[in-house]
Amino acid sequence: MIEIKNVNKNFGETSILRDVSFVCEEGKTNLIIGGSGSGKTVLMKCIVGLFEIDNGGIYYHGRSFSELNFTERKEIRKEIGMVFQGGALFDSMTVEENLAFPLTMFTDMNKNDKRDRVNFCLSRVNLENVNKKFPSELSGGMKKRVAIARAIVMNPKYLFCDEPNSGLDPQTSIVIDNLIMEITQEYGITTLINTHDMNSVLEHGDKIFFIYKGQLWWEGDKETVLTASNKELRDLVFASKILREFRK
Amino acid sequence: MKALIEKPEKFDVYRRQVVKEMESIGFGSLGIVAIISMFIGAVITIQTSYNLLSPFVPLYAVAVVARDSIIIEFSPTIICLVLAGKVGSSIASELGTMRVTEQIDALEIMGINASGYLVLPKIIAAVIILPFIVVLSMVLGILGGLIGGVASGVISAVEFAHGLQVRFVPFNVTFALTKTVFFAYIITSVPAFHGFYAKGSALEVGKASTRAVVYSSVALLVADYVLTQIFLA
Ligand SMILES: Nc1ncnc2c1ncn2[C@@H]1O[C@H](COP(=O)(O)OP(=O)(O)OP(=O)(O)O)[C@@H](O)[C@H]1O
Ligand SMILES: [Mg+2]
Repeated sequence: MIEIKNVNKNFGETSILRDVSFVCEEGKTNLIIGGSGSGKTVLMKCIVGLFEIDNGGIYYHGRSFSELNFTERKEIRKEIGMVFQGGALFDSMTVEENLAFPLTMFTDMNKNDKRDRVNFCLSRVNLENVNKKFPSELSGGMKKRVAIARAIVMNPKYLFCDEPNSGLDPQTSIVIDNLIMEITQEYGITTLINTHDMNSVLEHGDKIFFIYKGQLWWEGDKETVLTASNKELRDLVFASKILREFRK
Repeated sequence: MKALIEKPEKFDVYRRQVVKEMESIGFGSLGIVAIISMFIGAVITIQTSYNLLSPFVPLYAVAVVARDSIIIEFSPTIICLVLAGKVGSSIASELGTMRVTEQIDALEIMGINASGYLVLPKIIAAVIILPFIVVLSMVLGILGGLIGGVASGVISAVEFAHGLQVRFVPFNVTFALTKTVFFAYIITSVPAFHGFYAKGSALEVGKASTRAVVYSSVALLVADYVLTQIFLA
C-alpha cells in the first residue's frame, strides 16, 4: 500500500502538482490517467523519490519515504521495480546482464541461481533467445518486455510502470497489460501505472486516478469511469470515435 | 527472500568496474600516447639543439634539456591534455547519455548509489593508470629524442646517452607523477560531473561533452601552473 498525501511539486515558479492525495492498494492495478503534460510522469517520479516533493508525504506501508535519507531509502528502493517510459535498459550490458545486475548487487546468489532467475523472468514476459543480445538489437516492444522482466527480477513489493504500452501495437500492448496484471495479482504487488491507453483503463483499472492540470480531478475504477459525469474526464475517455459510438 | 535484500557491499563489482575503466582509459590511449611522445620527443631535441647552437655549450646539453622538458612538462601535461580530450569527451557523453535515457534514474531506483557506481571507478582507475602512461610517455619521448637527434645529425647517440645521465634530478620525476595524479583526478571528475548532470536531449549531451573538455583542459592548465609554482618556484 502506498499513500500519497497532499503532495505539491513546483519546478521553479511553475506549479506542476497541487495537493495530490490518494491511496494505492495492494495486489491491485492502480492507474494514473490524464492528458499529455498533466503531470503523470512527474507524480510517479515524486513517489519513487527521483524528484523531491515540496510539500506533503509519501508513505510505503506507513513508512514515510520523503523524510528518509539516501541510505534509509535504499531499503525501500530494493522493494521497488520500475519500468521507465523509454525502458532505460543499461545499453552497455546484454539483456541477461541487465537482469542479473540487481541480483549481483544485492544478493548472494551463485551463477546458476542467477541464470535460473533471469531465465524465469524472461520466460515470464515471453522472451526467449535474447539473453546475449544488447538492448540496441531489440525492437521497442522487446525492450519494454525486458524492462518489465528487470523490474520484477528482485520480487518487488511495488511496481511502477510509466506508459508501459505506448508505442506498441495493440496486440503486444494487450500482452504486456495482461502480464503486468497477472504479476500483480500473483505476487500481491502494489502496482501503479501511468497510461493513456483506454483499453488498459477499461480492462485493468482496479483503481483509477485522473490527473488534470496537476490536480487529482477524479477517482474511481473501470466500472465507474464510463459513467462518470466529470467533464474533463469524459473528454479524455471519449476522445476516441469508437468509444463515442459505444456510449450512444 | 531476506538474504536477497541484505549484503549491500559489493566490493567485487566495484573492483571489476575499476579494472574495466583502467583498460579503457589506459590501454585505449596507448597508441596515441606512443605516437605523440615519439614525435614530440624528436622535435624537442632538434629544437633544443637549434636554440643551444654555440661553441660554449657542450653538445650533450641538448640531451639534458630535452630530457628535463620531457619529464617535467611535456609528458605529464601535454599527454594529460590530450587525454582530457579523448577520455573526457567519452566519459561525459557516456554518463550524459545514461542520464537522458534515464539509465541513471534506473540505477537509483534499484537503490544503487549511481555516482559511486559510475563515477568513482573512473576516477580511481585514472589515478592509478595515468602515472604509468606518463612514465611510458617519458621513456618514449626520450627515445624519440634520440632517434630524431641522431637521424637529423644534430647529436650522436653516445653524446645523447651521456647527456641523459648528467645532472639527473629524481625529484623531477616525483614532481611529474604528482602532477599526473592531480591531472588524472581533474580529467575524469570534471567530465563526469558535466555528463552526470546533463539535462534534456542528445543534443545537450553533445554540448555537455564539449563543455567538459574545455573546462577540464583549463582546470588542468591552472592546476599545472599552481603546482609548478608550489614545487619549483
Ligand atoms: N525536469 C523538469 N523540469 C521542469 N519542468 C518539467 C520537468 N519535467 C516535467 N516538467 C513539466 O511538468 C509538466 C508535466 O510533465 P509530465 O512529464 O509529468 O507529463 P505527463 O503527464 O507524463 O505527459 P505524457 O503523457 O506526455 O508523458 C509539463 O508541463 C512539463 O513541462
Ligand atoms: Mg509521461
